[in-house]
Amino acid sequence: MKDPILELDNITRKFGRFTAVDKVSLNMDPGEFLVLLGPSGSGKTTILSMIGGFTMPTTGVIRIHGEDMTAVPPAGRPTATVFQDYALFPHMRVIENVAFGLKMRKFGKRERHGKARESLELVGLGDFSDRRVDQLSGGQRQRVALARAIAVEPAVLLLDEPLGALDLKIRQQMQQELVRLQKRLGATFVHVTHDQEEAMSIADNIALVNSGKIEDYGPPERVYLRPATLFAARFMGENNTFEGLVTAMDDSGISVHSEIGECTLPRCVSTHSTARTGEKVHLSLRPEQVRLGDGNQRNLMDLGQARVEEVIFQGTHRLCRVVCRGEKEVRILLRLHPDEKVQVGDTIPIHAKRDDAVLLVR
Amino acid sequence: MLNRIRRFPSIFYLLLALLFIYLPVFVLVMFSFQDGLLPVFPFNGPSLQWYEKMLANERLVESLYNSVLVAVLSSLVTTIAGFLAAYGLARHRHRFATGIQFLLMAPLMVSYLIIGIGLLITLNIFGISKSLLAVGLGHVVINLPLCFAIVYSQFGDHLKNIDCAARDLGASDLSTITLVIAPIMKPALLASFCLSATLSWDEFIIAFLLSRFDVTLPVIIFEMLRAGLTPEVNAAGTMVFAISMALVAVSAVVMLFNTRKTG
Amino acid sequence: MTASVMRAKREWTKWAVQPAVVFTLVFFCLPLLIMVAVSFWQRVYGKLQATWSTANYAQFFGTDYLLDSLQNSLEVTLITTVASVLLAYPLACILAYRIPPKWQKILLILVVLPFWTAYVVRSYSWLLVISEKGIINVVLLSLGIIEEPLELAYRRGATILGFVHFFTMLMTLTIYANLVQIKSSYRKAAADLGANRFQVFIHVTLPLSIPGVAVGAFITFVIAIGDYITPQILGGGTDLLVPQAIMLQVSRAANFPMAAVMSLTLTVVVIVVYLMVHKHLKMDRI
Repeated sequence: MKDPILELDNITRKFGRFTAVDKVSLNMDPGEFLVLLGPSGSGKTTILSMIGGFTMPTTGVIRIHGEDMTAVPPAGRPTATVFQDYALFPHMRVIENVAFGLKMRKFGKRERHGKARESLELVGLGDFSDRRVDQLSGGQRQRVALARAIAVEPAVLLLDEPLGALDLKIRQQMQQELVRLQKRLGATFVHVTHDQEEAMSIADNIALVNSGKIEDYGPPERVYLRPATLFAARFMGENNTFEGLVTAMDDSGISVHSEIGECTLPRCVSTHSTARTGEKVHLSLRPEQVRLGDGNQRNLMDLGQARVEEVIFQGTHRLCRVVCRGEKEVRILLRLHPDEKVQVGDTIPIHAKRDDAVLLVR
Repeated sequence: MLNRIRRFPSIFYLLLALLFIYLPVFVLVMFSFQDGLLPVFPFNGPSLQWYEKMLANERLVESLYNSVLVAVLSSLVTTIAGFLAAYGLARHRHRFATGIQFLLMAPLMVSYLIIGIGLLITLNIFGISKSLLAVGLGHVVINLPLCFAIVYSQFGDHLKNIDCAARDLGASDLSTITLVIAPIMKPALLASFCLSATLSWDEFIIAFLLSRFDVTLPVIIFEMLRAGLTPEVNAAGTMVFAISMALVAVSAVVMLFNTRKTG
Repeated sequence: MTASVMRAKREWTKWAVQPAVVFTLVFFCLPLLIMVAVSFWQRVYGKLQATWSTANYAQFFGTDYLLDSLQNSLEVTLITTVASVLLAYPLACILAYRIPPKWQKILLILVVLPFWTAYVVRSYSWLLVISEKGIINVVLLSLGIIEEPLELAYRRGATILGFVHFFTMLMTLTIYANLVQIKSSYRKAAADLGANRFQVFIHVTLPLSIPGVAVGAFITFVIAIGDYITPQILGGGTDLLVPQAIMLQVSRAANFPMAAVMSLTLTVVVIVVYLMVHKHLKMDRI
């Protein structure tokens, strides 16, 4: 196992009585692309700002390359930040912006301009060195900010919602460029965003932040398909969550009495959870995991008959809202293939795979 | 056409207002070129005789020099102190931030006259004699709130991020200020310097109360007024007016036409 | 470099605020405190004696002509403020709504430029307009409208004229700055909902422009009530205002305790007015 490049050891940040970040611990490997994902006000930006040295943790330790950096100011840290508003120096030309960090490191003019040009080439702005900042488009500014940060060859590059201000198209393009750049440089990136699609498409690992705590941490696929908590299940894309009660547990599985009926989940599903008999839990099922047809086979769960209330055609699929009548009415969201033509008012049989359901204890 | 008719009363009012605002100035300037003993109708001239007389007036020329000295030095001190205060307050979380802000703005609430009387009584109690230095200090007191406010108002979140970016890239306190913040602030600093210089250049009551022999130009003009209306006062007034106009015009243009460029 | 050294080095800008704070404390707060103390002192044979006596205050509030000056000051300031608002509001509206945007800034500068300039000279120049041989009398006489020159100068009206001239410019600036910040979509929305131009003004523009008026009126009040030059040059020696009375105490009688009492009274008046209107004052808008 590699030594972690960045370690957050139990860091907490309080602003007066408000706890913005609550005992967060995290390790990052070199070359990792980590995304801090969370709703606004969740504390993700505060975590980033503590890594960058702009905010002091109230308690806890931050190490980079194993060295304690907790009290080191930004200038002394091997980090560089790409700010949300880019924070380009408006009175300097592009090249001077990019070379600024090298100037502060006492590089000679020729050397720093050479290196700055290389950085600009990397982000595809080789021809823009002599432009003024106000002559650039939003996307170009974003690239200059990126070039300025990578020019100082930081051990960890910090990106604070850098794509938030861009149009959807440019944003998607920049996401891919960021990943390519990161792999090419072999650099370590920490990226903050509230956009879960962006997080999934660029991250090696996602740390899902809520109320100052890390709710879930892992590769995007795992976090999406096997969320660790109810918040994670609901925040990552659209989802169906059902209340339930654990009725029995044995080696073959966990039986849950839920809104959608009795079901027994394979034991492995909840290996990371600590469910106990009699405990209130939630089940989650992605809309695309709910399928048409009867579920009579052993590995399926039958969800009974549902009445279609709403159908929204979305090109690649149809989003349907249906209502099941069990003990009480349960609303379920389905994502059907466009070929599967259903209409409002239809009654349809639905089922899901037993393995797809996720048991959520928290 | 309808539009033009609708607009007519507005234009008329505007012209009337401009007449009201500029009438006394116009009369002042016109009669500074009077060829005669009184700055009243009929206008004879133009003649530069009163300007010649003014420049031959040693006391007046000396006061001109004093005024420039006080204006430049007090504005320099004011702008630097105001900038540093605004920067320090914007950049750091201060426990007493609101209190400090209130303290720095407080002199705006108190009339120049009262600030002057306060300083005069203080000098008197401590047995310090009146001087041009005292005048300059008084001018710093009255201008500091404005300079502070002008610079502080520019410190938005964006500038704070720029400050963070500079530090993040390795800049020390000093390089952050000299290479990044001050250059970006140049228009605001220039404007506050010019504004402060204008107000000092024009200021009468504090200069009148706190100076003894080294008086400033407005004080001399006031003394000349006591002797009655003469075109020489017009000439001196025109000069004061022209210089203030130039200073204010510079700061107004800088302030209004400097659309903040964002990075 | 160790972390603690770096940290200490970083923090000097934390002290950047101190020079201004210390300066304000020493040259603004201290003199005011001394003035408060002196207002309780007594003058004995021309020398100040440190006592704690309220005799000065009793004298001020017991002497008719001193109290009159306070009343005069309040009246003049109030009339000035109201008149300036009435003149400036239409002007600001015209600048903000009737003038094409590219001319607005130029005209605004033109309108407010003399506000910042030539304080003593400005009052004096009005004398050239309204004096016995001033331009107004010359014009009216030559047109035959009047036969005797009007006595316009050296009276209260002249002081108010000088003030109104001065503060119309200031008020135009503050009101204009406020008006241009009101989004035009508000007016459009009101019009769209059926309000006519007058109703749009009464229900949308006017209420939203109150902060600009309040700031301008407050600054006018503070400056006008403490101004010595305008009443001294234009108003003359009768019908004294408080600043003139203060200057008389200082220059004629060297009666610092009484000057202090009157100065503090003015300050208290300003503070009371501030407390009355501070809810509407949003200085950052200007």
